[in-house]
Amino acid sequence: MNLTLKVWRQNGPSDKGRMVTYRVEDVSPDMSFLEMLDVLNERLILEGDDPVAFDHDCREGICGMCGMVINGVAHGEQRATTTCQLHMRHFEDGATVTIEPWRAAPFPVVKDLVVDRSAFDRIIQAGGFVSVPAGSAPDAHAVPVPKEDADAAFDAATCIGCGACVAACPNGSASLFAAAKITHLGLLPQGQPERDSRARAMVEQMDAEGFGGCTNTGECTAVCPKGIPLDAIARMNADYLRSATR
Amino acid sequence: MAVTGAVLVLFLVGHMLGNLKIFLGAEEFNDYAEWLRTVGAPAVPGRTLLTITEIVLVVSVALHMWSAISLARRAVRARPVKYAARRRSQASGYATRTMRYGGVIIVLFVIWHLLDMTFGVVNPEGGDATPYARMVAGFQPSRWWITLFYLVALVMVGLHLRHGLWSAFQTLGLARRRRALKAGAAVVSAVLVLGFVAAPVAIMIGVVK
Ligand code: HEM
Ligand code: SF4
Ligand code: FES
Repeated sequence: MNLTLKVWRQNGPSDKGRMVTYRVEDVSPDMSFLEMLDVLNERLILEGDDPVAFDHDCREGICGMCGMVINGVAHGEQRATTTCQLHMRHFEDGATVTIEPWRAAPFPVVKDLVVDRSAFDRIIQAGGFVSVPAGSAPDAHAVPVPKEDADAAFDAATCIGCGACVAACPNGSASLFAAAKITHLGLLPQGQPERDSRARAMVEQMDAEGFGGCTNTGECTAVCPKGIPLDAIARMNADYLRSATR
Repeated sequence: MAVTGAVLVLFLVGHMLGNLKIFLGAEEFNDYAEWLRTVGAPAVPGRTLLTITEIVLVVSVALHMWSAISLARRAVRARPVKYAARRRSQASGYATRTMRYGGVIIVLFVIWHLLDMTFGVVNPEGGDATPYARMVAGFQPSRWWITLFYLVALVMVGLHLRHGLWSAFQTLGLARRRRALKAGAAVVSAVLVLGFVAAPVAIMIGVVK
């Protein structure tokens, strides 16, 4: 199949940037979206052009590096799918595809489609951890966890920190990401001692980074490759209010 | 947003029930309006309940708008560069997308509505007429465009509550069963809108004169 790509090109953080149109030919429907970009980049390199910079690592949907906004939708229209797991068979032959980086002030563009998501790291540093005594590993069943809590905590823990929630949110809010971490740790016994301070610290860091406020639009959960539900945000709010009233 | 919104919703429920008294006739409705002004007398001065309501409403509306404006400004600051491709909504929330402009329409409506029903400035009967007379005069068929404006505003109120009601629970961390909550929000919004719509429509088609 043949495609027309409109790709955001930006030489560096201070460059103004612009959309550039490319033709890509002989794309196999079995290729992933990133492989399609590889084809484009090989050609650009052969022609002596600068290849399109994009982030990626695992290419199997677990690292969270490969975010880009495809035709106005974070990670593309395929639900619960990262860009690296999105396949070209979901596109029509001859289609025009617009590719842009995540757009959020706390995610500055490094180059082309690559953004700096260190703001997420700082939110995690603020409270996304549990303090445990170091030493030898504890026995597996030393701390019993009810099956339901374990399952729900695990579901929340599947957040890969990709940032699609921020990219899709009309408010540029990072609530779903922070809420996933707060839910994951707050459901487990090991997370209880720091539950209040965690919610407060992470929410405050999120605001300090310049993310917007949540208005429960639900755009985040719709594009989240891991399907983190809005319930996580309710839980974050509950923990945050609890910390504020103590 | 959630707390002030809750205050406004409680007011709307009371207001809707009060309006429905129009179906009990002029005397009942005017007595109710009179009661609102004299309740608690002589222990408390006249209009105590109304004055308290008015103060709480003004404060709530102001804070509600202030929160909304702050959120909108933060949203603009959080995304200085817009997407080139039209950002396509992936969530199923028509009501959600009407919140900001819908809120503005509702405020404009409330201003008109106060001039109409409370102060009587734009009401054919004027401010000195009884509440019943003001209401019946206000929704005469010849003033169908006013009634239409009321209906449009009420639909916006319904959409506003459709999202606002469950969103408030979510914000306060009380949303546990989201599906049930959203359904509940839809039902409550629909009942409120229908309750409000009943009086103007009944007057316009001549059921209430
Ligand atoms: C068909 C719908 C409605 C009708 C027929 C109606 C009718 C009235 C009437 C007759 C009054 C004056 C009562 C009196 O003087 O004792 C009034 C007051 C008021 N209405 Fe409505 N109303 C409607 C919908 C609404 C809605 C949707 C809102 C808000 C979003 C609203 C907000 C108010 C406010 C703030 C006051 C003044 C309360 C006060 O003075 O304490 N109304 N309405
Ligand atoms: S919540 Fe979902 S969309 Fe947001 S960072 Fe985590 S995995 Fe990505
Ligand atoms: S490259 Fe790791 S999730 Fe896509």
